[in-house]
Amino acid sequence: MTTHVLPDPAPASAPAAEPGRVRLAAEQVRLAYDEHVVVHDVDLELTDGSFTAIVGPNGCGKSTLLRALGRLLRPAGGQVLLDGRAIARTPTREVAKVLGLLPQSPVAPEGLTVADLVARGRHPHQSWVRQWSRDDEAVVAEALEWTDMAELADRPVDALSGGQRQRAWISMALAQGTDLLLLDEPTTYLDLAHQIDVLELVGRLHAERGRTVAVVLHDLNLAARYAQRLVAMKDGVLVASGTPAEVLTEELLADVFELEARIVPDPVTGTPMVVPVRRLR
Amino acid sequence: MTATLERPVSGPRGRTAVRIGSASVLLRWRQLLVPLVALVVLVLVSAVSIGRGDFPVAIPDVLRTLVGLGDGPQNFIVLQLRAPRVIVGLLVGLALGVAGALFQTFARNPLASPDTLGITVGASVGAVAALVLTGGSSVGALLGGFGVPLAALSGALVTGFLLFVLAWRSGVDGYRLVLVGIALWSVGGALVDWLLTNAQVYDAAAAYVWITGSLNARTWDQAVPLAIALAVLVPLSLAAGRTLNVLQFGDDTARGLGLRLAGAQTAVVLLAVALTAAAVSAAGPITFVALVVPQVAVRLTGGSRPPLLASGLIGAVLVVSADLVTRTALPEALPVGILTAVIGAPYLLWLLVRGRRQFT
Repeated sequence: MTTHVLPDPAPASAPAAEPGRVRLAAEQVRLAYDEHVVVHDVDLELTDGSFTAIVGPNGCGKSTLLRALGRLLRPAGGQVLLDGRAIARTPTREVAKVLGLLPQSPVAPEGLTVADLVARGRHPHQSWVRQWSRDDEAVVAEALEWTDMAELADRPVDALSGGQRQRAWISMALAQGTDLLLLDEPTTYLDLAHQIDVLELVGRLHAERGRTVAVVLHDLNLAARYAQRLVAMKDGVLVASGTPAEVLTEELLADVFELEARIVPDPVTGTPMVVPVRRLR
Repeated sequence: MTATLERPVSGPRGRTAVRIGSASVLLRWRQLLVPLVALVVLVLVSAVSIGRGDFPVAIPDVLRTLVGLGDGPQNFIVLQLRAPRVIVGLLVGLALGVAGALFQTFARNPLASPDTLGITVGASVGAVAALVLTGGSSVGALLGGFGVPLAALSGALVTGFLLFVLAWRSGVDGYRLVLVGIALWSVGGALVDWLLTNAQVYDAAAAYVWITGSLNARTWDQAVPLAIALAVLVPLSLAAGRTLNVLQFGDDTARGLGLRLAGAQTAVVLLAVALTAAAVSAAGPITFVALVVPQVAVRLTGGSRPPLLASGLIGAVLVVSADLVTRTALPEALPVGILTAVIGAPYLLWLLVRGRRQFT
C-alpha cells in the first residue's frame, strides 16, 4: 500500500474551517463534585481552527472545566454546546465522531499493542456489522505513519517509554478523526525533550490537520509558545483570556499564581516567557 | 457485492480483514485457532467421559449414539445415564469461563471472578439454607430435587444484585466492585458456616457436597434449563465483545470513544451474574474455573483481554476433564469442585510467577 486514503481531517466536500465559527462553548457552566462547587458559572468559546491552552494554579478547576467540555462531567448549572447543540442531549457516539479527548495519564490494558490501541480510535465509526472497513484500515495506517509509530505498531503499549506512549495515544486520537481535540495535561511526567516532542505533535495536528485544540497545561512558557490563545483560571473562575502576550503579564502572574516574575520575549519564538523571581505571600 | 480477504500490508501479522459488501471484520487467526482446538478436545474428552464407567462404551459407539445411530442398550446408557452429567459439566464450564472473562474485562482486574466477587458464595447460602432449614421434613425431600437449584439461583441473583447496587456510584468502578465483592464473599462465607454449625449431621454432609460443586446424579432436568439459559446468554455475551474492547480502557477514554458507559457496564455485569447463577444452580459452585480459565485463554490467544469464546470452551474442557478424572482415576468419587480447586490454585500461582519473570 503506497497511497494513503485520507478521509481525514474532513472529506473534500465538507466545509473548510471557518475561523469565526464557535465549535464548542461553555455557557454559564457551574461544576461541582457533590456539594463542593469547583467551577463558577464560566463562559468559554472555542472557535473553529483555534488552539487554546487553559492555565492556572493547581486546583483552579481547569481540568474539571476541560472534562465538562468533553461531556465527562455533567454541569450542575449552565450547559455545554457542541456546534450549537447541547452536548448532554447529543448521542455520545455522535459526539465521539466530532470531539476527541485524551485524559490525563491514560492507562492502556496490559498486552494491548500500539496498532490495536490506534485501531480502537475507530470505534465510533464502526458497528457490529462494519467492524474493520477499508477506511478504518487506511486511517489507522496513516495515523501510525503520521505520528512515527508505525515501526512500534506491534509493541505492547505498556512496554513503551512515556514519550512514545503519549504519541501512541495521540495517534489514536488522530485515528478517531475528530475536528476537535481536548487534551488534559498531555506532558505530565515527561522530561522536557518529550514535552516538546508531544507539543510539537499537537501543534502539527492543529497546523497541518486543521484540528481545533484545547489543552490544559502547567508550563506557562510552553503554553505561550504553542497556543494561539491562553485562558487563565483562578478559584474556578476565568480571569483572563486572549493572546499569550495579552494574558501573560506580571500583574496576572502576581494575581493568579502569587508569583513575582519578569516577562521577557522568548529568544526563539518571541512569545512571552516567564522568569520567576519569588513567591508572593 | 464483493467478498475479499486481505492481509494488511503494514501492521500486525497473523490477521486478515474479511469484507463482504459493506460488512467487514478483522480476523485474528490465533483467536480462531484456539477455540477450534478447544472444541475438538472438548468433543473427544466428552466422548471418553461418556464411554467410561461400569459398562464401558467405545468412543466411536459413543459418537454414533450421540448423533442418533445407536442401538437400544447403548442409547439408554449413553443418552439417559451418562450424557446429561457430561453435558451439565460442559455447559457449566462454558458459562463459568465466559462469566469469568466478562468480569475480568469489566473490572480490569484478573482477580475478579464469580468466586472472589461473592456470587458463588451467595448461591451456596441459598442452597445450604434450603438443605438445612428444611432438612428431614417431607418439604425437604420435595425441595431436594427442585428447590435447591432454585434456592441457589436466587442466592446468586440476590448477591449479584447487592454487588451491583453497593458498587454503583454513578457508574461502576472496577476496583470498588472487587472490594464490595470481597466483602460479600466474607459475609456469605460466614452465613454458610453459621447454617452448617446449626445443621443436622446428615443435612450438613449433603450441603457440604453441594458447596464443593458436584456433577453427581445430574439428569436432563438440570441440563435442559441450563442449555436454554446459555442459548440466550452466550450469544449476547459474544455480541458484547466490541463494547468490551472499549470498556477495558479507563472510564474517560471509553466515554470519549462514544461508549454509553453506564448502560454498557450494567449489561456486562448482568450477563456475567446471570451466567454464573445459571451454572451454579445446576452444579454448585465449581471454584477456580472462572478465575483461572480466562487467564489461561488470554495467554493462549494473545491480545489484551480474555477472549470470550475461547474462555468458555476451555472452561468446558476443564470441567469435563476434571469430572472424568474424579470419576475414574481417583479411588473415591470426589466432587469435581475439589479437583478444579486443586488444579486451579497452583496453576494460578505458576502463572503469576512466570508472568513476573517475563517482565523483569
